[in-house]
Amino acid sequence: MSTTITINNLTKRFGKVVALDNVNLSIEPGTFVTLLGPSGCGKTTLLRCVAGLEDPDGGEIYIGDQLVFSYDKGITLPSGKRDLGLVFQNYALWPHMKVDKNITFALEIQKLGKEEMGKRVKESLAEVKMEGYEDRYPREMSGGQQQRIALARMLAYRPKVFLMDEPLSNLDARLRMDMRAELKRLHHISGATTIYVTHDQVEALTMSTKIAVMKEGVLQQLDTPDIVYHYPANLFVADFIGNPKVNLLDGVVNGKNVVNIGPFKLAIDNINATGKVVVSIRPEDITISTQPVPGAVEFSAYSVLPSGADSTIIARLGEVELTIREMGISKIKMDQKIWLTFDPQTLNLYDKESGNLIAS
Amino acid sequence: MPIIICSALHYYTFFFLFVSAALMSIDSNLEEAGDLMGASRGRILRKITFPLVIPAILSGVIMTFSKVMGTFGGPNILGLPVRYYVVATMIRGSMAAQEKGDAFVLAIVLILFAITTISLNQRLVGTRRSYETIGGRGFVARLNKLGKMKRVLFIAVIIFQILVIAVPIGLLLYNTLMLIDGNYSLNNLTLQHWIGPRNTVYNHGEPGVLRNPIIYSAAWNSIKLALWTAFCTALLGIVLGYAIVKGRGTRLSKLVEQLAFIPYIIPGIAFGAVYIAMFARKLGPIPPLYGTFALLVIVSVTKHIPFSSRSGVSAMMQVGRELEEAGIVAGANVWQRFRRIIFPLTSSGFMSGFLMTFITTMRELSLIILLVTPTTQLLASQTMQYTENGDGQEANAVILILIAIVVLGNFIIGRFSRGSSLQKGLGM
Repeated sequence: MSTTITINNLTKRFGKVVALDNVNLSIEPGTFVTLLGPSGCGKTTLLRCVAGLEDPDGGEIYIGDQLVFSYDKGITLPSGKRDLGLVFQNYALWPHMKVDKNITFALEIQKLGKEEMGKRVKESLAEVKMEGYEDRYPREMSGGQQQRIALARMLAYRPKVFLMDEPLSNLDARLRMDMRAELKRLHHISGATTIYVTHDQVEALTMSTKIAVMKEGVLQQLDTPDIVYHYPANLFVADFIGNPKVNLLDGVVNGKNVVNIGPFKLAIDNINATGKVVVSIRPEDITISTQPVPGAVEFSAYSVLPSGADSTIIARLGEVELTIREMGISKIKMDQKIWLTFDPQTLNLYDKESGNLIAS
Repeated sequence: MPIIICSALHYYTFFFLFVSAALMSIDSNLEEAGDLMGASRGRILRKITFPLVIPAILSGVIMTFSKVMGTFGGPNILGLPVRYYVVATMIRGSMAAQEKGDAFVLAIVLILFAITTISLNQRLVGTRRSYETIGGRGFVARLNKLGKMKRVLFIAVIIFQILVIAVPIGLLLYNTLMLIDGNYSLNNLTLQHWIGPRNTVYNHGEPGVLRNPIIYSAAWNSIKLALWTAFCTALLGIVLGYAIVKGRGTRLSKLVEQLAFIPYIIPGIAFGAVYIAMFARKLGPIPPLYGTFALLVIVSVTKHIPFSSRSGVSAMMQVGRELEEAGIVAGANVWQRFRRIIFPLTSSGFMSGFLMTFITTMRELSLIILLVTPTTQLLASQTMQYTENGDGQEANAVILILIAIVVLGNFIIGRFSRGSSLQKGLGM
């Protein structure tokens, strides 16, 4: 049922703007790949190219073994023949059709029998827990319900590939959480190869088998959420992923396994690094102590921001500012002296010049 | 002078639609910002609201100017008896006198005039268009309380409406009931002009309008023409709108949009002259169309394309791109998408375009006056003929029939399509 998607050297320009710059992406059967990046990074364009809604200016797209687009060979398979389903950001339910007609539209085009269509409507509505809504018009439902119907519409014609363009971004925070769980479950059951576009890194981390981070039309990194989070390929990815944001400190590798930050030195576990580097430290990887600890660096608490389950502490030492994440409601007072301990294992080093990760 | 008043009363509705659309698109926040800074109502109106609608007002002025230039009916009825000529009536005169060359020259003069005014409009307004407030972003429209002024204004408007609509219609009706024009005594009242039998003394021997086969045939022609034109125009408008919106941003789309606008700038009577010149003879595979009903439909459709394409565009703009894309992904071809998604969603725009075209075609005179022949006589051109024969009451009776048909048509269509209005028909 599920299939591979292979994208080779895909390029798309809008006038002078390069929306996709030589993108190569290989997606294994049954994976849930998230295209992640800030707005204008080309993620939606990439999705639309796969869907057949945009004509790229170069490259190839395979779905399974089938070449659905090739610039050089002049092949463009129409969207409807690519055996894929697309869920739009604003659902794109046809407002003049009731739910059942919305769902059967594609089935009618495929010339399915009446009985089969009825069965599919029932099944797909059950899959999104919307049984009994056949006779509603889209405007008679809430945003969350419309979203489920949009999903059902896609599920009903059983495409090999699911495409989703920021499907949850129009829902409120609570509903979004629920729908994430549902979507993940849906993917788990159907096993369909899925491409999911979002600018929300939390969404990407929670849902995906793999995350493809994009910036200005260029693919930055394609890896599992774990790798993308703990070993971002470059400073852009490091900075984009994670909340609160990662700490990035300029430094110089000084002698063996030591980085000189300025006001203090950091022990590192990377023999390949030399010269000017940027050190990245995740806020939760810093241990905070209110008493002097051997090897710890003394900072001052600039601001303390408890938020229930955890607290964010902004610490300062001279020019250096660090964000630290502590579990629970912090007892630290503003301007209090604190001692920070860094784990060499958790630090990443980037080349100052290229911004790329220096492998250890 | 009466010509001016008459034209003004006729076109103020047009102007009203222009300016009210502009006023409606002003974000109340802009006015409220002024309010917060302590500006008085009058000052806000003068310094903020008014400047914002200046482009619309200017456009309205220029468009009205260009429209009046090509108007034939009013100046003809009111001007002819006193030998007061405007270009439009002169074209008809030359055409009637078989001096086609003269007529075409005059038509070209009119067209040049129109082009000049339009480019003037673009020059004056074009640069200011930048603060047109239409955008995808939602905005707040707040109703301003008029306070004590409300009642006064309301009454003034009502009185104005009565003066310009009810009184003339009443007078018209009274006029048709007079056996001899100008005699206001009671025993002069008659239904002769409505249902009277053939009588050589009155109306050059034609029976009352309700017994006159000529009128029935003219009415049928008018309705047929209006329906055909409205249908073709509205359909064409939706298709054009689709093409223009789909290709938005491309040069071709802009070209199509501008081409669709050309008939608008050509005054009606000049348009008629152009069509005579084009279709009087056999033209390639096209047989000579002069004197056929088809020519009337063609010319009316063409003349109304600017409106219908605008209403088509605005209707189409309201249909999100992704609604069609969802259809594409579902495997629907262009025809299936148009028929099952686009058309149902723009049907209110279609109906508005239909209504608008229906009404304007029913009462259109300038455009078709040169093209009608005895077999394709329309109500509007029939009134013209009666007036020219000096049978005022008979002409007025026909006008009342015309008004009745238009109002009825408006009512019927309004019943069937809730939410479509003339304003939408104008694409605003």
